[in-house]
Amino acid sequence: MASTTMPMEHAHSEEAHLREQHLMLDPRPRGEMNAMIMEAMHYTTWKFWVVAAILGAIVLVGLFGSWGYMIAEGLGVAGVNRPVFWGIFLVNTVFWIGISHAGTFISAILRVFKSEFRRPFTRAAELMTTFGLVQAGFSIFMHMGRVWLSYWLFPYPNQRQLWPNFHSPLSWDLLAITTYLLASTMYLFLPLIPDLAMARDRTAGGWRKNFYKVLALGFRGTEGEWTHLRNAMNIFAFAIIPVMFSVHTIVSWDFAVATRPGWNSTIFGPYFVIGALHSGMGAVIMVLAVVRATMKNMKYFIRPEHFDAIGKLMLIISMGWAYFFFNDYMVQWYGGDKWTEALLHWHEAGPMGWMWFLMLIVNVAIPWLVLWNKRWRSNPWIVFVVGLLINVGMYLERYIIIPISLTINRMPFTWRMYEPGIEIPLSIGTLAFFILLYMIASKLIPLVPVWEVQEGQMAHSMKKFGRETVVTVSELE
Amino acid sequence: MKPIDLNEMGAIGAIAQEAEGKWGMVIDQDLCTGCQACVAACSMENNIAFVGEEDASYGRSLQWIRIERFWEGEYPEVKMTPFQPMLCQHCHNAPCEPVCPVFAAVHSPAEDLNLQVYNRCVGTRYCANNCPYQVRVFNWRDYERPEPLNNQFNPDVTVRRRGIMEKCTFCLQRIHRAEDLAKAEGREVRDGEFTTACAQACPADAIIFGRLDDPESRVNQLSKPDRGYQMLEELGTVPRITYFKEG
Repeated sequence: MASTTMPMEHAHSEEAHLREQHLMLDPRPRGEMNAMIMEAMHYTTWKFWVVAAILGAIVLVGLFGSWGYMIAEGLGVAGVNRPVFWGIFLVNTVFWIGISHAGTFISAILRVFKSEFRRPFTRAAELMTTFGLVQAGFSIFMHMGRVWLSYWLFPYPNQRQLWPNFHSPLSWDLLAITTYLLASTMYLFLPLIPDLAMARDRTAGGWRKNFYKVLALGFRGTEGEWTHLRNAMNIFAFAIIPVMFSVHTIVSWDFAVATRPGWNSTIFGPYFVIGALHSGMGAVIMVLAVVRATMKNMKYFIRPEHFDAIGKLMLIISMGWAYFFFNDYMVQWYGGDKWTEALLHWHEAGPMGWMWFLMLIVNVAIPWLVLWNKRWRSNPWIVFVVGLLINVGMYLERYIIIPISLTINRMPFTWRMYEPGIEIPLSIGTLAFFILLYMIASKLIPLVPVWEVQEGQMAHSMKKFGRETVVTVSELE
Repeated sequence: MKPIDLNEMGAIGAIAQEAEGKWGMVIDQDLCTGCQACVAACSMENNIAFVGEEDASYGRSLQWIRIERFWEGEYPEVKMTPFQPMLCQHCHNAPCEPVCPVFAAVHSPAEDLNLQVYNRCVGTRYCANNCPYQVRVFNWRDYERPEPLNNQFNPDVTVRRRGIMEKCTFCLQRIHRAEDLAKAEGREVRDGEFTTACAQACPADAIIFGRLDDPESRVNQLSKPDRGYQMLEELGTVPRITYFKEG
């Protein structure tokens, strides 16, 4: 008898194993899943409020307080000088735009390619885009000498008939970042509508009810509404990919079109795009690890398979980054321009040379050593550390490109080191603001696109062919 | 002007021909003693703020002209090389101009000079990064004028506030005064009729300012010898200042 039950048990355990592994094969009733998401939004411990209060204080003092002081006193309170006219503010700008990249990348590219593992975390990634761009905007305005006149950068009709200079990469930047912010916000909002409607229908009353009522735009779930929504999401998913590539390419042109040694590199466009994806992927995985550990019911939605899948992407992107880095370095070095030579020597052997080596270790060596192993990259905390290190490395990369490269120029008499001043509290302030916005959002909107998860689960099923359990998928979209 | 035929002369030739220029300067490094009188005169003429010891040592002094000094060899066998006065080269193809998003760094077609429109500047500092000569200076703060310097402002020059980029203008106010006078008398501005503050103050006569479009001008007469060179001319910026060394 034992011999007949064995295969049955085996088949059962295989099914259970698959179910445990894959969210798409582990369906729960819709009502239950919706309740889980609502509970994750509402369930708040005292720890949340303590962290939120600390972050809020940092934002008030570090970001708005320091910035106000800097506006009143002038940029002298920061560390910028001649020749390092651009300092940490622009490092932060490039860094935050980079972070914002991965959100759209994961969401749009994986949606276009219909990768099923994307379903539970597209929203978490898209939120990163919007909040990252907010910090990039703060950083770029902090950087300006007379920020109260920043509206002059916009092409608005005025009596003097003055127009911005569209030859300037900064004008391109402004248009690119504004386009990206608007497009990514709409792209965040579209798939949010059915979830907001779900939240509206499951909220009894109070301001939350009104909040969801307004934002859900009266979505009822009719066939016509779904068709419109799908069409709009399709258009945005395809359209936002070139926008995303253009944004970081244009950011790189700020540097690449300048006459400076080390900056004037034709490969900066793709190099910056891949660098942005590198740091952004690291940030997504950090966010997911934290969300999974701190929010209720998230262990059901975000599973080791997702860390595994993003870990693979991180490994590939790390290889891509290494390739572009090598290519950029090689061509600059081979060019033999004496100022570029001095600059490359300064990067590696100057007083901040440790940054250059640390960048290569945390951006290339550590991901390559860790992420090839499926067990390691399925562990949220191991990939959290790898993601954190990659972000440190990418920050260092931008730090090397901007303030460290600026210390060297064609006029050796002006060479001077850069020491950050008020940039430090301001940087911490933007980071705290990013986390705070994310925390607030996690309590206001469903962090998991629950309708997308349900849709995916409906499409997947397990069938038995003889003794083998096979996962089958029906085309839905 | 003759139409430019790129097939005939190539891009560099085209730049050189187009770049005839109006105002220019020659600086004789063999005559320069490094006395910094030009630096002082420029500060007085152009209402340049004094930033104090601390900011100056951190690379924030606002001098529009600086005397660069270099040496060869290791201590104690050190040999001084000629002083190098450095100021805005008023490039014909200025890298600072296209990068300004608000047209604060602009080219004057009439004078063929680089101008900085102070009240249009929003302080992105892109121009200063892109200047290969590093001659642009930024008002990092609102600087106080200590007594009695607050009584010696030049009424013809704007006082700049914090957050604004500034740089040498070739004493544009003096150019305009001379042009106004010449126009009133119905003639062209004569070479040597006026000069910039730095050239005026130079005791060794190492800085000479004048008209580039007048073949008889002192600047053009001096420019003839082979010992002249232009700073970083390989960048194709077409500077308006010619340096002499080791004649």
